[in-house]
Parts: sequence; structure tokens; C-alpha cells
Amino acid sequence: MMKRAVQLYGVLTILFLLVGFLQSWSVALATLNLCLISAVMALGVNIQWGYAGLFNAGIMGFAAIGGVVALLVGHAPVSGAIEAGGVGLALSFIVLAIGIVAAVILFRYLKGVLKYALPAVVLIVGFVLFRQVFVPARQAIEAYDPAASGFMGGLGLPILFSWPLAGLAAAGAAFLVGKVALGLRSDYLAIATLGISEIIVAMVKNENWLTRGVKNATGLPQPVPDGRLLQQQTWLVDLVTWMNRSYLDALPATEQTAALRLLVAEASSIIVKLAFAGLFAAVLAGLLALCVFALSSPWGRMIRAIRDNETAAGAMGKNVAWRHLQILMLGSAIVGIAGAMLVTLDGQLTPAAYIPLRYTFLIWVMVIVGGSGSNVGSVFGAFLIWFVWVQSEPIGYWLVKMTTFWMSDTSLIRTHLLQQAQYFRVLMMGTILLLVLRFHPQGFLPERPGRSRQSRGVGE
Amino acid sequence: MDNLLNGLVLFLNFVVVPATSYGAQLALGALGVNLIFGVLRFSNFAHGDTMAFGTMLTILGTWALQSVGFSLGFLPTALAALPLGIVGTILFCLAADRLVYAHYRRQKAAPVVFMMASMGVMFILNGVVRIIIGPDERNFADGERFLISAQQFKDATGLLEGLTIRTSQALTLAVAVAAVLALFLFLQRTRTGAAMRAFSDNETLALLCGVSPKVVIRTTWIIAATLMTVAGVLYGLDKSFRPFTYFQILLPIFAAAIVGGFGRPVGAIIGGFIVAFSEIALTYAYRKVVLYFLPGSDVGDSLLQLVPTDYKFSISFVILVVILIIAPTGILKAKSS
Repeated sequence: MMKRAVQLYGVLTILFLLVGFLQSWSVALATLNLCLISAVMALGVNIQWGYAGLFNAGIMGFAAIGGVVALLVGHAPVSGAIEAGGVGLALSFIVLAIGIVAAVILFRYLKGVLKYALPAVVLIVGFVLFRQVFVPARQAIEAYDPAASGFMGGLGLPILFSWPLAGLAAAGAAFLVGKVALGLRSDYLAIATLGISEIIVAMVKNENWLTRGVKNATGLPQPVPDGRLLQQQTWLVDLVTWMNRSYLDALPATEQTAALRLLVAEASSIIVKLAFAGLFAAVLAGLLALCVFALSSPWGRMIRAIRDNETAAGAMGKNVAWRHLQILMLGSAIVGIAGAMLVTLDGQLTPAAYIPLRYTFLIWVMVIVGGSGSNVGSVFGAFLIWFVWVQSEPIGYWLVKMTTFWMSDTSLIRTHLLQQAQYFRVLMMGTILLLVLRFHPQGFLPERPGRSRQSRGVGE
Repeated sequence: MDNLLNGLVLFLNFVVVPATSYGAQLALGALGVNLIFGVLRFSNFAHGDTMAFGTMLTILGTWALQSVGFSLGFLPTALAALPLGIVGTILFCLAADRLVYAHYRRQKAAPVVFMMASMGVMFILNGVVRIIIGPDERNFADGERFLISAQQFKDATGLLEGLTIRTSQALTLAVAVAAVLALFLFLQRTRTGAAMRAFSDNETLALLCGVSPKVVIRTTWIIAATLMTVAGVLYGLDKSFRPFTYFQILLPIFAAAIVGGFGRPVGAIIGGFIVAFSEIALTYAYRKVVLYFLPGSDVGDSLLQLVPTDYKFSISFVILVVILIIAPTGILKAKSS
């Protein structure tokens, strides 16, 4: 088992080195960074699916929550917009909160028809009042310098603070979803999470006062050195000159400065990416250690016992509903952290980029291919699948070219297929998922047998 | 009086008529979901994308027919290409069942594994549809666009507001009614239909009584594929075809199926209309209607829209959540898996 993990990770390392040497180090590092973030997401999904068998079809939504938290923590506040509508906005939310609390209290203490009717009326009235205060405040905020901002900005704190906060926010959302959908049939959780993620992304796209919507909120601070400042550092220039001295000496004197500038730019971008990779790797390592520890602890054994036989675990006095809720929150928190990391890496929130295929279903493929229930496996799956995802676009293009070589260059079918070649990777991912699920359902690095297998005797 | 009539026509035109056709489309979709759930016992995540697949085949057929100059007069040509789409989708579903789902049935896998497998099928269809027809919007409606156009209505009644009934909307309703009637007759009057109901109620008992699971499952896929293609084509004719919207329609369809009670055909129809009417009635801006009914009332700049259109999915979701809280088994009691 150990040997196999070392082998598989060795293959991955070779793949990355190949990309570095054959394509460029910049591409290899960019891929690596996204692999690391995907691995964190996969850990979160693995907690839900692998440990507990919960089907969360709304990973995208929790990642988006994380992204929004990163924006709200890291972005500089737009004081003009806050002056214009901040008070109204706060008031409107107080109204909304009063309405919801009142409805909940009424729902708790009334009986009969009134139990449903009165809270509904209170909610509707509260909502209408809320809109009365909210809409003008929102318009005022969005009207403030719409070309440059048109939103409230954030707290202007170091963006690293947003990572744990993103986890908390995502866990909060998961709590609400879980309260409703858990404990019912497994399909309901999948459908409810699918719904909530669509709604969250719709909000991120449309609530311009909060997120600037599809206009993208740019200019988030970076937790790593700024690439442009780095380029002006003399030590970097000296280092690059020294490293490339033979190449530069061979050039005519007139071209040396231009060539040097290009090299320095590349070196600085590599340094920035390496710094990101270090941060992400630290988070991943920390979470992975926690997950591995949790899985082999008594808590982990209990969770797996619940997964393998809910009735038996319940009969042993385990609170199945509460454990499921806990798992859903933990997993979603990790996905939220990954979402914040992603926005930190991009330096901007791009709401239009949240598509379910990329943020929900691809992560599922990673976990299943890597090995559901196995933390090391999920991380491996994330690296492998993201690598394949990135590299499969050129592969798809190449495949189309090869299979249609007998058609003329102007053939309509060929040009059409070449245009759509990027979608071959979607097809490929579906095929990989189905093949692994069918012929190798335990994945590349399966859940570890041994001690955990014995403890699973509860269910078998 | 005229004011009242005008307001009523406005309401009919922008809420009742579109919600009826949308409700029929959702009902057809939810019927398919329910059928698969009842017999195969899993929620089919590939449903929306299978609808897109069937619609794509029909669009390709429509284009072929159009290119040879074939036309159905005032009806859309897509109707003539529909059988092609249905047959193609049936073949796909049967192949998918054979290659993917049959294996898990033999293993008696948990429903959640079936769901996961249906996600893989969804991925594949997603890719196939985009490779063949591309991710962009395709409009394939032709023939007479309106059954009653706004101008005709205004001329005939002398009202300020027009009532438009598009051919696609009338067609949707007619086809949906026919499909639902045929399905019910089939389920109630034929031996295979009875076998399917028996299988769905109690699998073990049905098998003991000599019901052939192969026939039941094959028939289920054939009917579900037909319903999916019909629903997809009607939706595409009514709005327009874009692969991504077919993924998004999954949520209202599931909501409709759950509202009515999972595994209950009649529930699917009721659920479809509940979801459609709530979605359209809540996202409609009532400003003009209110001004007609209460002339001179002060509504300011407000559009009097309860929910912004961008959040129409949240309505399906809220309906779903409310049902899950107050009646987890749906309005008509659902089957448990």
C-alpha cells in the first residue's frame, strides 16, 4: 500500500517535471497550484462521501461562499459606497432578521392551521418591508462610481484571514442545508445541495452591491510578494544574469537588455507561483494530517461504522443525524477554504467562472478515481485528474486532428469538431468516472485495510 | 370595466399562458424522473442532459428536413423529426442501462451509487451534445409562430392589451395531454403496465409472481426516453435550445417530482404545475396589472416584482425545502426506497 502510494506519487512528479522541461516551468507551477487547491477540495468531498457516504452535489456553492469571503475580507473598503447605502443596508437586514426570528418563534409555539399560516404571513410581510429598505440602499451603493466599483468592497484585512473565515461561512451554510435535507432519503441531500449551490452562484453573480457581480471584483491583495516589485530587485536581476550568463553572452550586446528583462519577468512569476505553492502545500499538509488522524481516531471509526450500517450504529447509541450534520459541515468548511484559496490565487472574484461541471462534478471524479474514503488517495486523484484536465485540451485537439486526417482541411465536419475539441475532455472525464466506478470502484489508492477493516465488523 | 379586462388579459398573457406550457414541460420531465425512480429506484442526474441529447437529435433531423424543403405547414418541422429524436434517445438509454446501470443492479448497489453512475452518464452526454451541436443557443422553431397574435387579439376585442398564444405553447399542452393519457392508459390497461406498477410497488413480490424484470426495465427506459425527448423538444421550441439550460432545468424537475411525491405519476403532473406557476407568478412584475386593477394607486418606481428573475431557481428550491419540512413524502405519499 505504502509502496503503491510512493510509486503513484513518483509518476506524478515525473509528469510535472516533463511539463516543466517540455512546456515551461510557469505552466507546470500554475498546474501544480490548482492541483493543490483541488486536492484540498477533494479532501472535503472525501470526508463527506468517503467517510460518511453523503452525496453533496453542490460543492460549487460552498467554493463560491469561500470566494466571496476572500473578497469581503481582503478587498479594500469602498468608503463612498458604504456612506451612500451602508446604513440602509444594515437596517434592511435587521428588518429581515426580525421577520425570520418572529416566524420561527410563531412556528414553534403555534398549533393547527395557524402553525403554518401565521409564520408564512409574517415572512411575506417581513420580506416586503425588507425590500422597501433594501432596494434604495442597494441602488445607492451600485450607483457609486459604477465603472470602478459599484460595490462596498471588503474589510481590507490581510487576505490570509479569509481562509479560516471561509471555512466557517461554508460550514454555516452546510448546517442550514443539512438541518433540512439530512435524515431524509439520500437523494434529497443531493438535490437540495444542487439547488443551494445554484442559488449561491446566482447571488454571487447578481448581488452587485456585495460582490460586484459579473463585472468581477479585481485587485485583491496577494499574500505573497508582488511580481512587479520583485522584477526591480537588484538581487533577482543579478541572480538571473548569473544563471543565464552563457546564454546572454552569446547574444549581441544590443539584444541583451531585452532578453534579460524577459528572463527576469519569467523568474519573478515563477517565484510568485512558488510562494503560492508553498502556502497551499502547507494548508494541504495540515488538513491532510488532520484528516488522516481523524479517520484513524475513535471518531473516524464511529463515522465509518455509521456509513457501513446506520441501523447498527444507531442501535449502539450513536447519534447518526448529528454525526451526518457534523460531517457535512466539516467537509463543506474544507471546500470553502479551498474556494477562498482559489480566489486568493486569482487575485479576483470571477462569478461567471463558477460552473457545476468544473467545481462540483470534476471534484467528484477526483475523489472516486483517487479512492473514496482514502485521504491520500483523494489527494492523488485531485493531482492526477487536474493534470489530465489541463493537458486533455491539447490531447483532444490532437485526437480530432488524427481521426479526421482523411478529411480535407475545409471540411465542415472537421472544422466544427476542431472548434468543439475542448469538450472532448468533458467526455473523457465522464468515461474515466464510469470506468473507475465499474472496474475499480475502490480507486487508485483504496481506503486502508487492516485496523479500520476490523473495526468495520460492526456493519459486516 | 375595460381596465379590469385589460389587467386580466395582461395577467393571462404573461403568467397563466407561459406557466401552463412550462408546467406541462416540467410535468413531462418529472414523469420521467418518477418512472425511473419508481422502477429503477434512483434519482437520475442525467435527466436534463438526456433531454438535451434527444432535443439535439431532433434539431439535427429538423435541419435535414428543412434542407430538403420539407415542411409541416403551420406546425414546426421539429414535430416530424421528433420520432428520430425519440428512437435515438431510446437507443442511448438502453445502451446506457446495459453498459452502466445493469452492473450495479446485479450487485444490488445502494441508490447513491446509481446516482453517482448517472452523474458519469451526465458528463458523457454533456460532452457529446456540446461536441456535436456546440454550447451556443440554437433556435429551431419554424412554421406559424402564433396561434393568436397580440394584434389579432387587440383587433378582435378592442382591448389595449393583447393575448398571445404561441403555436409552441398550444402544441406543448396538446402533446403533454396526449402523452400523459397514453402513459396512464398504458400503466392501467396493459399487462406490461400492470407489471411495471407491481414491480414499482414491491419488487420481490412482483418477481415471485413471474414479472420479468428485463421487460419492465426495458419498457421503463423506452417510456422515460420518449418522455424526456418530448419534454426537451417542447421546451426547446417554446424557449430555445441551449445545452446548459437543460442541466439547470434539473432542479425544477426534481422539485416537481418531490412535491408530488417521488414515484407517483399523478404527483409529477401536479408538482410540475405548482413549480411552474410559482416560478412565473413570483418573478412577474405586477406593476402594470396593479395599475389596471387599481388605477391611480401610488406604486412609485417599483416594478412590484416579488422575486428577481435571476433567482427563479431559488423558487423551486424553496418549494422543495418547504415540502421537505412539512411533508417529506410529498403531497401524495412517496414511495420509500
